[in-house]
Amino acid sequence: MSTAVAEVPVATPVNYLNAKYGIRSWLLTTDHKRIALLYLVSITFMFFIGGAAATLMRMHLITPGGALVQPETYNKLFSIHGIVMVFFFMIPSIPAVLGNFLVPMMVGAKDLAFPRINLLSWYIYVVGALFTLYAILAGGVDTGWTFYTPYSSTYANSHVIAAALGVFVSGFSSILTGLNFIVTIHKMRAPGLTWFRMPLFLWAIYATSIIMVLGTPVVAITIVLVALERLLHVGIFDPKLGGDPLLFQHLFWFYSHPAVYIMVLPGMGVVSELIACFSRKRIFGYSFVAFSSLAIAVISFLVWGHHMFVTGQSIYAGLIFSLLSFLVAIPSAIKVFNWTATLYKGSISYQAPMLYALGFIGLFTMGGLTGLFLASLATDVHLNGTYFIVAHFHYIMVGGTVMAYMGGLHFWWPKITGRMYSDAWARFAALLIFVGFNLTFFPQFMLGYLGMPRRYATYPAEFQVLNVMSSAGASILGIGYLIPLVYFIYSMRYGPIAGPNPWRATGLEWQTPSPPPTENFEETPVVTEEAYAYAQMAPPAAVAGGNAGG
Amino acid sequence: MPVAEVTAVTHGQGSSQHAAQHVAHQFVDADQQHEAGTLGMWIFLVTEIMFFGGLFAAYAIYRGLYLPAFEFGSRLLDIRLGTTNTAVLIASSLTMALAVHSAQTGKRKALIAFLLLTMVFGATFLGIKAHEYVHKWDDFLVPGLRFAPTEALPAGVTLPNLQLFFCFYFFMTALHALHMIIGLGIMTVLVIQARRGRFSADYYAPIEISGLYWHFVDIVWIFLFPLLYLIGGRY
Amino acid sequence: MSQHIVPVKTYVAVFLALLCLTALTAGVAFINLGAMNTVVALVIAVTKMLLVILIFMHVKYSSRLTKIVIVAAFFWLGLLLTFTLTDVFTRHWTPSPSDWGPSISAPAPREK
Repeated sequence: MSTAVAEVPVATPVNYLNAKYGIRSWLLTTDHKRIALLYLVSITFMFFIGGAAATLMRMHLITPGGALVQPETYNKLFSIHGIVMVFFFMIPSIPAVLGNFLVPMMVGAKDLAFPRINLLSWYIYVVGALFTLYAILAGGVDTGWTFYTPYSSTYANSHVIAAALGVFVSGFSSILTGLNFIVTIHKMRAPGLTWFRMPLFLWAIYATSIIMVLGTPVVAITIVLVALERLLHVGIFDPKLGGDPLLFQHLFWFYSHPAVYIMVLPGMGVVSELIACFSRKRIFGYSFVAFSSLAIAVISFLVWGHHMFVTGQSIYAGLIFSLLSFLVAIPSAIKVFNWTATLYKGSISYQAPMLYALGFIGLFTMGGLTGLFLASLATDVHLNGTYFIVAHFHYIMVGGTVMAYMGGLHFWWPKITGRMYSDAWARFAALLIFVGFNLTFFPQFMLGYLGMPRRYATYPAEFQVLNVMSSAGASILGIGYLIPLVYFIYSMRYGPIAGPNPWRATGLEWQTPSPPPTENFEETPVVTEEAYAYAQMAPPAAVAGGNAGG
Repeated sequence: MPVAEVTAVTHGQGSSQHAAQHVAHQFVDADQQHEAGTLGMWIFLVTEIMFFGGLFAAYAIYRGLYLPAFEFGSRLLDIRLGTTNTAVLIASSLTMALAVHSAQTGKRKALIAFLLLTMVFGATFLGIKAHEYVHKWDDFLVPGLRFAPTEALPAGVTLPNLQLFFCFYFFMTALHALHMIIGLGIMTVLVIQARRGRFSADYYAPIEISGLYWHFVDIVWIFLFPLLYLIGGRY
Repeated sequence: MSQHIVPVKTYVAVFLALLCLTALTAGVAFINLGAMNTVVALVIAVTKMLLVILIFMHVKYSSRLTKIVIVAAFFWLGLLLTFTLTDVFTRHWTPSPSDWGPSISAPAPREK
């Protein structure tokens, strides 16, 4: 894969990619970097499956009567889209790909604390994905990714148990990954790497891992109860047999709300790294950003009832959850303020990773602010169950996390592969994604406000224009996501060789060759400086191998 | 950031040659490995607390809503078998702790003996549990599969609510039993490794870590026992 | 870091204490204390748990990090229980309109 072509023939240095060849060396690897790539391939595959479902949905919604599929099929499409995207793309994406690759390097270690458990994590993910793919191929599931009872436990005629098992199994992948990260960050930091010298990406991953470890088991046991209820026809969640459907919702959302922070926190960690590097400045208010990650992890567990304002929850519980939901916005806002302050008087450059980071800040802010309307009981009554909610979470998850994931991939790609991609094409794709994204989802805010319900296969005719705009945006967005696939793959063979640090970034991972050797560091590094020592960096020498300015 | 690359700093004393043989490549020394392994097991136990905790939460809510049914169901459980099982499991925790102690003091034969004894107690627990399950089957008290109790229902107790109690009884004790079976499997591996001389006073982390798991399983039962068997108004 | 070795005598003492507490809690089950039966049972269970955690699992001699991890786990479980119970047992404070039928959350047992 890596061929160094130079005037003087030089042996290619041994790195983690060429250290061993053959499929067994990949499928039985315990190297965190290879495992990260295994995840990269699998989640990209799942991303396109979930994206296919979304494409079909948006095509169907071009006409009010539904252009493409039967309503029952539409229900399966949005369910599959949600299940695949949430559990098999969003939750693993940054932690399993970028986290696995970077965490050991950023702490200065040779690998994670438990490399074999890391590999097991990936296999568990694959098994979960296979269950879910089976559920899709066998006819789909139509309960929504939320599996609300008693529909899912008693009345649904679709492949609920297979899909539920897929989600259940994938949860353990998440738990083991989080466990590995927590132990690595606590116990394997290099000498001199105190907590407050760590890159903020590590703080974000650490906070994410706490959520993974505390929340995922609850949804796991809940899904088991749904499956048991389906099998045994008992009444744990069925009101006709004395069960409480809201109990399911409590147990489900106890995890699934913090899960959205599992999805966004790593993105915030990536953005901190990108903003610092492409402003050539240390992050303003480092400790505030670090502590806000922990605050988000804690407060995220206190707000889940805001998903249940209109399902019959006690008004008094609703009041408490509403107040706490306003609180959870504060640490996120603190981050946005600090990133903005970092940009101020920075030396800004606009390579593709930075475009994604800036896009994140804007779109995440919009998504987050619209969350306040939803946290407020009175307005949520009007907006719940409408496209306003759909737009709100897509602004955060796609406009936020996926942008950050793309930005991170573009930033660390030269480290991962040793090759640089075409920044011109990357910037073009980033802009296409930004435009396509806004065209897809901004009309959905308007649709929701005007009252169009979500998860409906048809809609009143007066909403057609906005729906067509949204579908048009979706096609642009889809093209935007396909373009990086092309230039990334192209770069692996034909891209210019990237040096150890093409972005002149700070961080232990940039002190190694690109791609790094299997053991990461020849000798354990010793850390003596703060995290983003850009001010102390020497000015660049004459163009040395790779400020990839396009 | 400028870093000075120096040779790895070894911290902690007492890393004997034997211990050093078992240090995985990603760790700096045996102490780091031991600390990492222990922390890893505690984090795993945290996930188990939340896993069982979801069931305990659901149980608490339904007990609050359907108290008469849950009390009646509790009285249908065999308190003598439950109490005996509790004592058996506590004994197994003692022998597990003594196994760890034997490992720490380098007594190989005692280690193996205590591990085997723990397994015997564990198997006894499972045997008694199986006996209880068979009994419930005979009494038509298995939810979903065979639920038609012959006892007269007291005031305020409905059949669906009683079935709900037994759902929790079976789910929670079965999940607990599954964890015990896994524990027995882990101990089998430890016995085999101990017989091969893998452990010593310098390297016994797997014993200690497995002990943590086993004690956790004991603690789950310490709560299951009163909540299922004891608070049913047996007076 | 040398590991603390707990003496065998301590283990046996804890074991005997656990057995006594088990006998106690089983015995109290036959005495009518009303709502206090549950409280007493749980207090005894928590005591037994603490003995196992502190001595058998060596937490008394473990690092502060271990203790924080354990406390955090129970705190989070408490969050789940507290907020969910708050909902279930305050739903009936706001009665539903009379023509909506019986509410699942009414505390008094009803025929279904």
